[in-house]
Amino acid sequence: MSSRRDTAERLRRLMATEGDAVGQNTRTVNQLSDYAIQRFEDYEDLRDAAREIKESAIANLPDLIDEVTEAVEANGGQVHVAQTAADANRIVENIMADRDAEKLVKSKSMTTEEIDVNDHLEAAGYEVVETDLGEYVIQIADEAPSHLIGPAMHRSPEDIADLFNREFDLEEDLSGDPNELTEFARERVGEHIREADVGMTGANFVVAESGTLMLVTNEGNARKTAVTPDTHVAVAGIEKLVPSLADLQPFTELIARTGTGQDITSYVSLLTPPVDSPVPDFEADEMRPADDRDFHLVLLDNGRMGMREDDDLRETLYCIRCGACSNACSNFQAVGGHGFGGETYTGGIGTGWEAGVHDLDSAGEMNDLCTGCSRCEPKCPVEIDIPWVNTVVRDRINHQGEDDDLDFLVEGLTPDDEPAGLDLQKRLFGNVETLAKVGSLVPGLSNAVAGSRPGKWLLERAFGVDRRRDLPEFADETLREWYGARGAQVSDPDRDVVLYPDVYTDYFDPDRGKAAVRALEALGVRVHIPAVPESGRAPFSQGMIETAREQAEAVHGALVTHIDDGRDVVVIEPSDLAMFRRDYDHLLPERSAERLAENTYDVMEFVYGLLDNGADGDDLETPGDDAGVAYHSHCQQRTMGVDEYTESVLSDLGYSVRTSDVECCGMAGSFGYKSEYYEVSMDVGEHLHDDLGDVDERALVASGTSCQEQLDVLYEREVPHPVELIAPR
Amino acid sequence: MSSESLSTFESSVPGDVHRTTTADADAVLDDAVEEPAVGTALPYDDVSLPGSVDTDPSPSTLEAAATGVTPAALGIAEYGTVTIPSGAAGDELVSLYTPRHVAVVAASDVVPDMPTAYERLGEDFAAGMDTQVLATGPSATADMGTLVQGVHGPSETHVVVLEDR
Ligand code: SF4
Repeated sequence: MSSRRDTAERLRRLMATEGDAVGQNTRTVNQLSDYAIQRFEDYEDLRDAAREIKESAIANLPDLIDEVTEAVEANGGQVHVAQTAADANRIVENIMADRDAEKLVKSKSMTTEEIDVNDHLEAAGYEVVETDLGEYVIQIADEAPSHLIGPAMHRSPEDIADLFNREFDLEEDLSGDPNELTEFARERVGEHIREADVGMTGANFVVAESGTLMLVTNEGNARKTAVTPDTHVAVAGIEKLVPSLADLQPFTELIARTGTGQDITSYVSLLTPPVDSPVPDFEADEMRPADDRDFHLVLLDNGRMGMREDDDLRETLYCIRCGACSNACSNFQAVGGHGFGGETYTGGIGTGWEAGVHDLDSAGEMNDLCTGCSRCEPKCPVEIDIPWVNTVVRDRINHQGEDDDLDFLVEGLTPDDEPAGLDLQKRLFGNVETLAKVGSLVPGLSNAVAGSRPGKWLLERAFGVDRRRDLPEFADETLREWYGARGAQVSDPDRDVVLYPDVYTDYFDPDRGKAAVRALEALGVRVHIPAVPESGRAPFSQGMIETAREQAEAVHGALVTHIDDGRDVVVIEPSDLAMFRRDYDHLLPERSAERLAENTYDVMEFVYGLLDNGADGDDLETPGDDAGVAYHSHCQQRTMGVDEYTESVLSDLGYSVRTSDVECCGMAGSFGYKSEYYEVSMDVGEHLHDDLGDVDERALVASGTSCQEQLDVLYEREVPHPVELIAPR
Repeated sequence: MSSESLSTFESSVPGDVHRTTTADADAVLDDAVEEPAVGTALPYDDVSLPGSVDTDPSPSTLEAAATGVTPAALGIAEYGTVTIPSGAAGDELVSLYTPRHVAVVAASDVVPDMPTAYERLGEDFAAGMDTQVLATGPSATADMGTLVQGVHGPSETHVVVLEDR
């Protein structure tokens, strides 16, 4: 893997050259798709249905392969199952030879990118032309696609005009007018299609019972590619199989909404080749009978059967490659698929695909760019837990080569269960609780060292902590120390709760914990702050799953007796709440995970609930007239749907609330501290700044620690948690 | 078909919708067709293609045509979609290669939503009409920077609805 400095340099270059186009395109589509989903009542039901169809199709895959083979052969076509990319290429080459073909036109297909069929055929002397306009552009530019569905998304119209002007000897140069560019490319591509001997398409879905392909397109090039030459070759991963035609209905309604933000694309072709259309022979200017048609379905395994056996990677096979997870990803919006991508696949789910069809090295280059913010999850039409796939792959990368890389020295220093060869940076951030405990023994000294030039130098050299960042400072007194001395101040409580002392609140920012205590007490609640271990978020985000699991077990042990006593658990830090509510599902036995998920609350959600149930909020702090507040909710809060409680409480108390629209602040836990990602993190942060705009006249609050830190830097002012605004002083 | 479906269909089609009856269909089709035109035979009694429409085009005629007319098997109200079955008469080519596509659909074939459409498609497929395109508006691309309509398929789409069929 490349050094931190190389990575930083590569990403910096990409942001400078491709960042603007990618940012604009992904954010636009992301918004369009949000809007399309909001208007669509059946969204959640159809996602459930789509998920179920995929789960059962993958479970029955061997049978479906047999069934489709029979169906296609009965229709008069042939099926070839290719174990590897090389097999698939050989099969295609043989078809070209058998048909005496010279030229092949292709419609867009990621699966054919995966096998590099263009390179293979060209090396064998054949001409290959991409017909999707985006693919055509990158074929000319000799680039890899930067997005699952918008392969040339990283290029501006002016870029494309320059490229065409350089490549073709034109009488008059093209301007950057999209209409003109489209017309130009359309003419060229159209000619190739008319001349081609073979048309190659992918398939969005393949129906096993009938051998029907579903192709989802807007341009119409796939239709022409499939029907114009007399020979049609469709290359599809085996995971594209579904049992019956009826199974396509939910996907027909979902794929454009999540993928492009349309309700439906211009064309959804359901074709059962070889088709009955006459063959238009443009050279002879005659229509030839449909009997001349030849059809081949190449089904590609290339690691997929292995993924199917793999409990954690299996759900990657449910992916319908709509690209929504890329568009919803703040880091992808900043660097695009040439940064957030492996050999073939891009974006959050790209990691799962690369690990499955290529290898961990290919997945490794991109894997760190998933910060687990989870904003992709609600957009995935088949409900894939994309952050979990990334965490699993990260864990495997951590364990790669562990047998021959025993570093006993480092092993002794950190208490986790992770392999000796684990990157020191990951180890530092993964063990934040131990470090916090040691550091807070002598907070003044620790702060001085971490803030000093030599201290920063050491942190950057050894651990990759960017020296442009200030690490959070230890407080003189932890939240638990303060509360231990102060004690509860409610004599006749309506209820008792546990306030979860997350590491940041406890050691670095006790003020927001104190505010939570005062706000809860003002609503008649008695607060307990027992010693509870770090939630496991820190090691989890570094892919240290075993360590995270131990933490989860310890947290469960510490909280469960309180829950048994009828105490709810109130959580300030959203990333910890997300562990309790969602991620523990992967770490704890089902029953234990459910127990915690059902009894933990965001602090503002809890305040909202108390007020809603009639608690007297008179003692809460209310703003003066015309008070405005700008609020940035935490990414995971949004995914859990709890951000709205903060908004409601603030506006009920009299604030006019302005919220940010961006998916993530860019800090994302430890991500923004890492020297190789500092600039990406700031780029994402700048976008948040643009989005929130001028907040001079308003209070500015954020729920997450890292969001608070990021906004501190962006606005050069202290950014408190919302509970600090409402707590009695 | 309910009249509600029909008006939903009319408002969701991204293109011109012409509601007519069998008696007036000839005139409406004449209007919607710009010559030179190609087409495939319409399966509705008492409705025929304008005389100028070539139903047996060569590839060069197809390429030069300004309009292509085909029947549609279904209209899907919620989406403004028509389904074009592609048969030996060349519907797929006619509806794809021409810059203006005119689809003719019977009002009784307009269904409210996608689940109902798939029920009908299931019947069609079982009966051998097993290649259909769900077409919604003109062909389009955003690959060159902004949305451009009319790429490899039509840039203009019309739907003629036969209200008494
Ligand atoms: S993981 Fe989900 S959201 Fe991402 S491309 Fe696949 S189907 Fe679309």
